[in-house]
Amino acid sequence: MAENDLNNPEIDIPDELKQQIAVTTLDRIYNWSRSNSLWPMMFGLACCAIEMICTAASRYDLSRFGMEVMRPSPRQADVMIVSGTVTKKMVPQIVRLYNQMSEPKYVIAMGACASGGGPFKEGYNVVPGVDKFIPVDVYVAGCPPTPQALLHGLITLQKKIEGEHIPDTRWYKKGEVEALPIPILGPDLMDPRHFELIREETHKPLPVVDVIIEGGETA
Amino acid sequence: MSEQTAIHPLYAQLISKFPDSVVRDDRAGFNGVVVQPLNLLEVVKELRDSLGYDYLSSVTAADDFPEERLEVIYHLFKSVGGAPAVIKVFLGREEPVVPSLTPMYPGAELQEREVWDLYGIRFANHPDLRRILLWEGFQGFPLRKDWKEPLYEEDVKPFKSRWPEGKGERKELLNPYKDNVQYPREFEPSTVSGDVDQAMYKSLEYSDDPNSRVIKTDQLVVNLGPQHPSTHGVFRMAVVLEGETIVNLKPVVGYLHRNHEKIGERNTWLQNMPYTDRLDYLAPMSNNFGYAITVEKLMGIVPTERAEYIRVMMAELTRIASHTMTTGFLLNDLGAYFTPALYALEERELILDVFEEVAGSRMMVNYFRFGGVVRDVSPEVLKKIKHLVYNRLPRKIDELDKYISANEIVRTRCEGVGVLTADDAIAFSTTGPNLRASGVPYDIRRADPYSIYESLDFDVCTHDHGDVYDRYRVRIDEIRQSIRILKQVLDRIPEGPIMAGKPQYATKVPAGEAYGRVEGPRGELGFYVVSDGKPNPKRYHVRAPSFINLTSLAQMCKGAKVADAVTILGAVDIVLGEVDR
Repeated sequence: MAENDLNNPEIDIPDELKQQIAVTTLDRIYNWSRSNSLWPMMFGLACCAIEMICTAASRYDLSRFGMEVMRPSPRQADVMIVSGTVTKKMVPQIVRLYNQMSEPKYVIAMGACASGGGPFKEGYNVVPGVDKFIPVDVYVAGCPPTPQALLHGLITLQKKIEGEHIPDTRWYKKGEVEALPIPILGPDLMDPRHFELIREETHKPLPVVDVIIEGGETA
Repeated sequence: MSEQTAIHPLYAQLISKFPDSVVRDDRAGFNGVVVQPLNLLEVVKELRDSLGYDYLSSVTAADDFPEERLEVIYHLFKSVGGAPAVIKVFLGREEPVVPSLTPMYPGAELQEREVWDLYGIRFANHPDLRRILLWEGFQGFPLRKDWKEPLYEEDVKPFKSRWPEGKGERKELLNPYKDNVQYPREFEPSTVSGDVDQAMYKSLEYSDDPNSRVIKTDQLVVNLGPQHPSTHGVFRMAVVLEGETIVNLKPVVGYLHRNHEKIGERNTWLQNMPYTDRLDYLAPMSNNFGYAITVEKLMGIVPTERAEYIRVMMAELTRIASHTMTTGFLLNDLGAYFTPALYALEERELILDVFEEVAGSRMMVNYFRFGGVVRDVSPEVLKKIKHLVYNRLPRKIDELDKYISANEIVRTRCEGVGVLTADDAIAFSTTGPNLRASGVPYDIRRADPYSIYESLDFDVCTHDHGDVYDRYRVRIDEIRQSIRILKQVLDRIPEGPIMAGKPQYATKVPAGEAYGRVEGPRGELGFYVVSDGKPNPKRYHVRAPSFINLTSLAQMCKGAKVADAVTILGAVDIVLGEVDR
């Protein structure tokens, strides 16, 4: 954001002070500084991670946007780039990592797999979209998205952050934000929020035509 | 198939030696012999000790549904080269048991676990038979043909719901959970603990009794991964430490298990081509190559000459891109942080530009077709490649070599670390640069030549120490050999068509089986496919080099320091898309 954009509401500043003073709102200055130093988590899942690395490398150079500091620890990261296929075996760890990130935190679903399962959607070990478990801010299309596409996604996220208003934002309100429930690996992936539904459906009398809930018979 | 008659004397010899227990697999299009489960060990012992088949390349299974039969299929090779010996065991569907080959060939360990995981075939005397790609407690054996995934629609693509009218309902909306899940009848979710790692920790055999050791110290279990910057993806190592020394190590994989094989058996033959890109996503051209030559074997077609040259050119460019990246990230693992990796990525980007120009995509190229390639290479691209090969890459490789090879820190951290002897490397079915770094001159481009490699002049690079440093050296040498190959290819590439016959969407593949393999950047990439004449493969198995290279990880790491485990893993060079498939 250019310097004069920061100057909001528009207040006349004498010419001789323009180099030193900008009058702005708390929202603007706070969001402006946050959006220009987003630290992504160094967290690669699959093929998209390679394009993420390329985005961080010299040619596409993520550091132009203040994002080159990839943190391996979720505690130090602001944005989680879910770069690749989310599998049922991995999703408990992803939710745990998301819970461990300190607020404010954002999620980018990079690529077709993270957005909705992609080419592997029908797979028995694939979660069709990470948004089933964690809230996603920006979806980036592509399989894998090119570095340009990921950069566009990150700029979109910056715009989103710049539009935030402190009193409206979830993590500045009173009370704690509850951690997301961690999915459990059982006979299949179980979302703790759906226990009642699972109980209900598996105890229903067998319908005449139903191949879905009867899948695995060889235990 | 011509192969069948060529290796027949071996099978005749086996049958005459074990007349009661070995019969020929006489289904049309199939080859190899069928062995009684109880006699498997003695037949394989004969093959290994008397006939020289010391390299167990692939262990997999197939389901002959609706026949009440499962098969276990072994592909054995000689480490001096040549065609495979194919051994099969037929089993019933209920409680199938077969003796484990792991005591004889340690390289079978992870592959047998995979077969148990996906087919439910038990291997007697296996040292550590647990699920590997899925988790303990998963219901069913997913690669069996009568097991249906939650979003199952039909056996064969394209699904009627999407084609030709495309008015179908989305399958997940019909599922009561609106998601990709299914549960057994009368299931009570709160009974599940969710602790899926108990068996794994038990198999580590560590004791927390300090009196059992000379130095009284606690043994400590440390998990590296699945979210760890050194593991190159979602790989996990459970390590038992005594102080800083590794006592035991178990690789835990499956965090990227994307069901390539199940999806691949629903796809049509051609639809699998883009999926192979996503196996080893650092070397998509090599994966295309492997799948294309395997299916071509079955179809009995030969690609045109220009296509062969283009294929080899792309495969070698891929090898350079992959090896430079591996080298860069090995240095990253050694603590050089990102600088060497950035140098490596710079070269890789230039090669990706070539791929983008010929295939339309940087990474997921989907470039090969049965009988050729999908687009021709323009003179401008050839010029670009020429510039890379003659001017850019050799200098950059020399630069990398100059900066790294003599670096004192690199040498102290890498020399003598993670040693694998030649015998061990063969026994563990190690492939690729890892095998050659142990002094075994085994390169499929020479040992079992495919495409035009026989006519090309290049050396098989070996080093003798089998440590991390030699693995790095082999890769640098191989880049130079690839450049040498590329120079020859660029000189000789003929004009002509790029496809044998007409390009077709629905490929007709005659019934039978084929095992094709190529030397990918990570080693022997094998595809085992079975066709029953239908539009989709009946069995589609990927023999993934980096998965099998992991078998020897524990052996290499035992006794090393925990920081070395990271280096050793970096030098083994795994790509998780291929490990977990």
